[in-house]
Amino acid sequence: MSGVRVLVGTKKGAFTLESDGKRETWQVNGPHFGGWEIYHLKGSPADPNRLYASQSSGWFGQLIQRSSDGGKTWAPVGNKFTYDGVPGTHQWYDGTPHPWEFKRVWHLEPSLTNPDHVYAGVEDAAMFQTTDGGQNWSELPGLRGHGSGATWSPGAGGLGLHTILLDPSNPKRMFIAISAAGAFRTDDGGGSWKPINQGLHSQYIPDPKAETGHCVHRIAMHKSRPETLYMQKHWDVLRTDNAGDSWQEVSGNLPTDFGFVIDVHAHEPETIYVVPIKSDSEHFPPDGKLRVYRSRSGGNEWEALTRGLPQQDCYVNVLRDAMAIDSMDSCGVYFGTTGGQVYASTDGGDNWSAIVRDLPAVLSVEVQTLR
Amino acid sequence: MIRVTLPWHLRNLARVDSEVMLAVAGQVTQRSVLDALEEAYPVLRGTIRDHDTAKRRPFLRFFACEEDLSHESPDAPLPEAVVNGKEPFMVVGAIAGG
Repeated sequence: MSGVRVLVGTKKGAFTLESDGKRETWQVNGPHFGGWEIYHLKGSPADPNRLYASQSSGWFGQLIQRSSDGGKTWAPVGNKFTYDGVPGTHQWYDGTPHPWEFKRVWHLEPSLTNPDHVYAGVEDAAMFQTTDGGQNWSELPGLRGHGSGATWSPGAGGLGLHTILLDPSNPKRMFIAISAAGAFRTDDGGGSWKPINQGLHSQYIPDPKAETGHCVHRIAMHKSRPETLYMQKHWDVLRTDNAGDSWQEVSGNLPTDFGFVIDVHAHEPETIYVVPIKSDSEHFPPDGKLRVYRSRSGGNEWEALTRGLPQQDCYVNVLRDAMAIDSMDSCGVYFGTTGGQVYASTDGGDNWSAIVRDLPAVLSVEVQTLR
Repeated sequence: MIRVTLPWHLRNLARVDSEVMLAVAGQVTQRSVLDALEEAYPVLRGTIRDHDTAKRRPFLRFFACEEDLSHESPDAPLPEAVVNGKEPFMVVGAIAGG
């Protein structure tokens, strides 16, 4: 029997939301790790019962939790993230050199084929991996060491590596994004990396077209077209059709091109979703209306999706890791808000409903399609 | 035996519901007590002290005998009342944040 499992990370714990293939009624499980920040949790594509969670707190630091039964039970695994060699410095907010310091894991990306192999994107920005199910973590140092690392500076939320995309057609190719350094690609399994920010234009850095320094909020890929990526930047929505070698803006008629999330329909590679957010300081929807915008043309032409979403007095935010797509025949779209709601659409975005609405502030949403 | 009290979250993590009792070999110091604690409960590694530097995490404090020992040398002997088990060595979460 098919079904879906939605994995929700919040400011105060993790939750799993489960439903059958109809996605009409939901069982809410949790909180797991109550009181801890769960920046992200994600399941292995190779073994849906294998889940990983990033658990952290300002008091007690970082933990990684692992489940082998779909989130019913969890056990802590390794939590030692040590930068390779002498860490050196990156640029601090005031422009001075600042030592690289591990703060937390923002994103966990399990391998497409091996449940024990997981990549971790961390703050201060670096990429780690484990090949033993999380017991031991080692840095892929080529990213920080590629040359521009010393000039990276944090965004308002920190210098976080928040997006990891694995190319399903080429196991050596990965894409990552860092706030506020930009997007990078490896074609050799993480040994070496190149910035892929040509075409990005950011007025908030001295050279708006610089090779690095762009505050990329999120990138997304459709598995059938891994050379096409979509990006929500601090301002601007963009796309590339050559694996990041060049980008074109596709913000089109969006009410604001600021936002955090971006994702792609499971069966329509040119159908994409964003949630426009007002400005870079207010961080709530324009006009108090929570609207998902959908483009069926890969950008530029956008339609507002409002049915079932609050259209007055709504001032929540939708954070960068808080949107996900299931791959049921009728594609499901999910997103979580800082107000604690998780909204779902089972018809590609036409109609929405809250499947849970009073959780702690949502930091991340992932969904597993269970066959 | 040395008595150690932990914050609620760390008790949950270590799956203990009250004070921890530890046998500590040699001189009883912050370092030797925490070494013994982490040996007995490996899940606590990195949650009280930094993995690499062994420095106390900023929002944790070490109390004993109504004294704040957080800024004492990790190799300074702990009070006799801690050594003989009359008083616990307390790992305390700072009152910070919401």
